[in-house]
Amino acid sequence: MIHEYYVPVIAFVAVGVAFPAVSLILSRLLRPIKPTPEKLSTYECGEVPIGSAWHQYNVQYYMYAILLVIFDVEVLFFYPWALVYYELVGALTAGIIFLVIVFFGLLYEWKKGVLEWQ
Amino acid sequence: MMENPLVKGIVGAAVLAALISAALLFLIWLERKFIGRLQHRYGPNRAGKFGILQMVVDGIKLLTKEDIIPEKADRAVFTAAPILAFAIAFLPFAAIPFSESLVVSNINIGILYILAVSSLAVVPTIMAGWSPNNKYNLLGGMRAAAMMISYEVPAALAIIGVVMLAGSLNMVEIVKAQEKIWFFIPQIIGFSVFVVAAFVETARLPFDLSEAESELVQGWTTEYSGMKFAMLLFAEYIHSILASLLIVILFLGGWHGPVLPPAVWLLLKTFAVMLLLMWVRATVPRVRINQLLNIGWKILIPAALLNIALTGYARLLLG
Repeated sequence: MIHEYYVPVIAFVAVGVAFPAVSLILSRLLRPIKPTPEKLSTYECGEVPIGSAWHQYNVQYYMYAILLVIFDVEVLFFYPWALVYYELVGALTAGIIFLVIVFFGLLYEWKKGVLEWQ
Repeated sequence: MMENPLVKGIVGAAVLAALISAALLFLIWLERKFIGRLQHRYGPNRAGKFGILQMVVDGIKLLTKEDIIPEKADRAVFTAAPILAFAIAFLPFAAIPFSESLVVSNINIGILYILAVSSLAVVPTIMAGWSPNNKYNLLGGMRAAAMMISYEVPAALAIIGVVMLAGSLNMVEIVKAQEKIWFFIPQIIGFSVFVVAAFVETARLPFDLSEAESELVQGWTTEYSGMKFAMLLFAEYIHSILASLLIVILFLGGWHGPVLPPAVWLLLKTFAVMLLLMWVRATVPRVRINQLLNIGWKILIPAALLNIALTGYARLLLG
């Protein structure tokens, strides 16, 4: 049954959150708290920080993120296929055709220079 | 009592959390000592015999160290990141089988569950990278995210070869299918792809670009101190243990082995893979980010696709 599988997972979420939370609370009780303006300033190798880090940032992996979405969907198609292809007639050929199409897609992206980190 | 899934889950989670913490303390000490010896240094040697108490001392220090949240940081996200990082690193262990019956939740789609949960790890990384308003954290977090999402694909594709041979997504069934032959022999391409991808996912040298202390100070953990830093460190290390366990369960026959009890075999093999991780870390210099992404997209993914096609044909021809 479903709940037999996933109730323990909920217990894992609870323990996984409780363990670090309890350690943080414990350390809060034990540690000194003596903030000074210098301590609380952002670390930038000892210099006074220049500007904020929250400004427009060139997300270089934008294209990788799009590729990831494409390939993750492809992977999801392949998992059920991998389970049953052995019993279904022609499923292997169909799977390989799909795989070749995806591979040519990857080659196209490669040729377009999408896979280069600038 | 143990039939109740809630009781089973809580007991299992508590036992595993305790075991993992103890294993972490030992493994971190061992790693420092082992790498020290490999590099003709002594490693920790002051606290206790062979420095074995070093991690206890470090633990006390981290627990009582002042915890600084930078003034300009987003406090809520800053605090939530280490907690989430640990919780997400810990979740996959629910479906890890330590022997045929020693598994907390024998999920029928276990490997899919593990992949899904461990791919969440990119979220706390981005949170820790963005929230402190520090440029090094941001750069490290961005790199870590690019690495993680790039190497998720080859890892998942490599596992498909194993699923095709085992005919099941259940972790116990996958290990049972390796009784005659460990999958790293028929799946040598998939094994190689998965090992590299798993090494990258652990973000250790030679793939620790998200930390890269010579360029990014301490990467996405720069602003963290005290117990919050310890939690991020723990999460990273648990990822290493998980990667070793997955390599063993999927490709190295899991608990199969003569004489010794099954769970002992599994842990021994996992320990051997951990030693390999440490050895690689001590030996190989760091790669550049564009080299890293090139390995992933231009070598590992085509190789993994080829592996799927070859496995499919081979199984149909050989039966």
